[in-house]
Amino acid sequence: MIRNLSRRSVLRGFGLAGAGLALGCFGKHKDAPALPGNGLHPNVFVQVGTDGLVTLVCHRSEMGQGVRSSLPALLADELGADLSKVKVVQGDGDKVYGDQNTDGSSSVRKRYQDLRQAGATARAMLVSVAAKRWKVPESACAARMGQVTCAGKSFGFGELADEASKLAIPDSKKVALRAESEFQYIGKELPLLDGPDLVVGRAVFGADIKLPGLLIAVIARPPVVGGSAISFNAQKAMAVPGVRKIVQLEAPAKPFKFKPLGGIAVVADNTWAALRGRAALEIVWNSGDNGSYDSAEYKAQLLQAVKKPGKSWRNVGDSDAALLNAAKVVEAIYGTPHYAHATMEPPCATARFSDGRCEVWAATQNPQSARDDVAEALKIPPDKVDVHVTLLGGGFGRKSKGDFVTEAALVSKAVGAPVRLQWTREDDLQNDYYLSNSVQKLAAGLDSSGKVTSWLHRTAFPPITSLFVGDLAKAPDIGGLQQGVLDVPLDIPNVRAEGCEAKAYTRIGWLRSVANVYHAFAVQSFIDEIAHARKVDPRDNLLEIIGPARKVSLKELGVEKLPNYGASLDEHPIDTARLRHVIDRVCALSRWSDRVKDGRTLGLAAHRSFLAYVAVVVSVVKSPDGRIRVDEAWSVADAGQVVNLERVRTQFEGAVVFGLSVGMYGAITMKAGAVEQSNFHDHRLLRIAEAPRKIHVEIVESHGAPCGVGEPGVPPVTPALANALFALTGQRVRDLPIVNSLPV
Amino acid sequence: MKLNVNGVERVVEVDPEMPILWALRDILGLTGTKFGCGQALCGACTVHLDGEGIRSCVTPVRRAEGKQITTIEGLSPDGSHPLQKAWVSQCVPQCGFCQAGQIMTAAALLAKVPKPSAEQIDASMSGNLCRCGTYLRIRSAIEEAAGLKGTSVLGGSK
Repeated sequence: MIRNLSRRSVLRGFGLAGAGLALGCFGKHKDAPALPGNGLHPNVFVQVGTDGLVTLVCHRSEMGQGVRSSLPALLADELGADLSKVKVVQGDGDKVYGDQNTDGSSSVRKRYQDLRQAGATARAMLVSVAAKRWKVPESACAARMGQVTCAGKSFGFGELADEASKLAIPDSKKVALRAESEFQYIGKELPLLDGPDLVVGRAVFGADIKLPGLLIAVIARPPVVGGSAISFNAQKAMAVPGVRKIVQLEAPAKPFKFKPLGGIAVVADNTWAALRGRAALEIVWNSGDNGSYDSAEYKAQLLQAVKKPGKSWRNVGDSDAALLNAAKVVEAIYGTPHYAHATMEPPCATARFSDGRCEVWAATQNPQSARDDVAEALKIPPDKVDVHVTLLGGGFGRKSKGDFVTEAALVSKAVGAPVRLQWTREDDLQNDYYLSNSVQKLAAGLDSSGKVTSWLHRTAFPPITSLFVGDLAKAPDIGGLQQGVLDVPLDIPNVRAEGCEAKAYTRIGWLRSVANVYHAFAVQSFIDEIAHARKVDPRDNLLEIIGPARKVSLKELGVEKLPNYGASLDEHPIDTARLRHVIDRVCALSRWSDRVKDGRTLGLAAHRSFLAYVAVVVSVVKSPDGRIRVDEAWSVADAGQVVNLERVRTQFEGAVVFGLSVGMYGAITMKAGAVEQSNFHDHRLLRIAEAPRKIHVEIVESHGAPCGVGEPGVPPVTPALANALFALTGQRVRDLPIVNSLPV
Repeated sequence: MKLNVNGVERVVEVDPEMPILWALRDILGLTGTKFGCGQALCGACTVHLDGEGIRSCVTPVRRAEGKQITTIEGLSPDGSHPLQKAWVSQCVPQCGFCQAGQIMTAAALLAKVPKPSAEQIDASMSGNLCRCGTYLRIRSAIEEAAGLKGTSVLGGSK
């Protein structure tokens, strides 16, 4: 890519790691945005200063998953830097870094190789200079802890950097990578990079940007997606002291994509004045096309849809005939509601539009798309938009969608001043991109010996593609079906999976682990139901249905293709040996043989998603007050090679809590097109007293290709809980949230 | 209006009904205290008023007149409060957004109950939500800061 280096520096004025002002020093790499100081700068990710300071760019967004320690660890390990002394700088939205959309649990698994190569390239150049000075072969030199050494002699990186920067940059793909046995950081427990800043309130999140003359805006958005204001009382809002301006924003046309929802913005000197001004607006809304959406009625429609055959996506043998001839048929229908992301930090962005340029600071998972969307909305070229990424107070997929970023830019332009656009909790819960609600029908035919001979899975859920193509999307597509329908290994001779009609009437989006949430809930609950129908141990039944250790081919799955999370099936096959292994481990850790003992029961579920294999056991007990509580949970994951083992463990711990929240409480319902919940009093999330006392996480040691980590811990949790509850109460919960059926 | 924030006298000219949260964040530039819900439902905005944990998002600034406000920035001069140290050693934060409020609630608890039981910890911390699910580490960090043996989540995971 050819870029004009005179373009304004991407790090100007703000860097999470205190980059400060980036002044006119450009490294040797033609694409590299400038970093402060002189030295070796052979690619966009690494700079070795003449003072020895190593600066590493984290180009993906930190939202708790630990990417700001894992990606720098890949660079530092190959470079031979001392990770405790490097400076980590947050990359702005810029195509030069490659894909920056921090979702799909993809940061490590997709960049494991090329970030190591980037670090190794810088190392090779430093080693080359040292070897020449010592007149020894490069192979006699080692790079570790910021030094190149050979036979007792050493040079600090800083002493080599200037000369190295004059060398031709080697082809990064041909640079030798370290052997796994040489890893100093990769796969180890690394310290929490931003921990010291976080515990003193110094870390910078989306709402923490300070600019001279900054105004605060809040927006009253239409309660129904696609609606608009018929009338409002601007005068009354302007009468609130501190309110400066009222700005009307256009309602978006379908498809909604990441466009703002329109509405009335109130711009004020401070947030309190803006909120009071908004409350005074007396808006009369029109609801647009979606004003009749009722999620309860919609569920009834989906229920009808799965009673009829849908489009067949997976077919092995003749499932229909085998079901007809079965000695026994087990059948169940599962329902799941919409879910909201409810990140603890509501969406927030700051924008400064002036002189035809826009500078943005945002808690965004997706700075490149935010940049393009802002440019389009402001009708300026993308290279006149700078997007700086702050820390994210949670993301879970919500902040991949930059509607709130564009809002900030539009309002800043309208008022001619820098603006912080703040969402409230009510704004967040009522204007989210919701996870699809779903209804699924599962049926299994058993022969006279009890063996499962046929399987039918029908699923209906409004597809995410509706966000991008509007009403053209009428039924599930492969993006959602690959997540827990088409890719489930089943050692069953007759299998059929169908997608049934489901249109979208609200903004549908991806939430942590996406369609795996509802598909794993249904499939893993249903397999447990089969076990009870057969009167066999649920673990033995699960292992039998998964079948023997093997790599499952497309032909065996009965599908033509499988997106496989963007990975090849050669590198990331569906490997039942790995799935069986995590099940064995979680059962050993949780003492599965005592699964009903002393008033507590265990439930098991296992699921492969984002290429990782995870098995979860949940333990439930009845409290003296009659409530049921989850007292302990075990999660075993095989995610291939991991980078920061400590953050990987915390992701799986957190996923247990997230999955329990999804299973037990947090549903979103809609009536007359509008969300019925508004804040944490009626949108319940798991609190500390409801969290298990212990969560045991085991990460399988592996040097295999890295898999996803942030999401795959979630899907098995809810079915494991439902299975444990069945063992405890005899009541099978097929509709989420569980709190509607049992006292959890 | 005169406020004492983290031991420093500050003069602010604001609507006395403005919640303390917005006075801290928008007027005084103390952004360590977070806005999560605006309704005292999530605890992200917790600060101390004369040592008591309060939800600054619903407490009008007039109620702070003549009293001491302590925010996360003022909990210790240098991040050395036992809870701040334990929060780092137990690797508590994930996204970190709720953690200032968690620490301030925990600090108010330990000031009153130096060796809290597990039930007391749960009861005191139940007003503070964490969506990342760091609750177990919050418990163990409080136990570490209190000098209780505690069950370290870090040690317990394999």
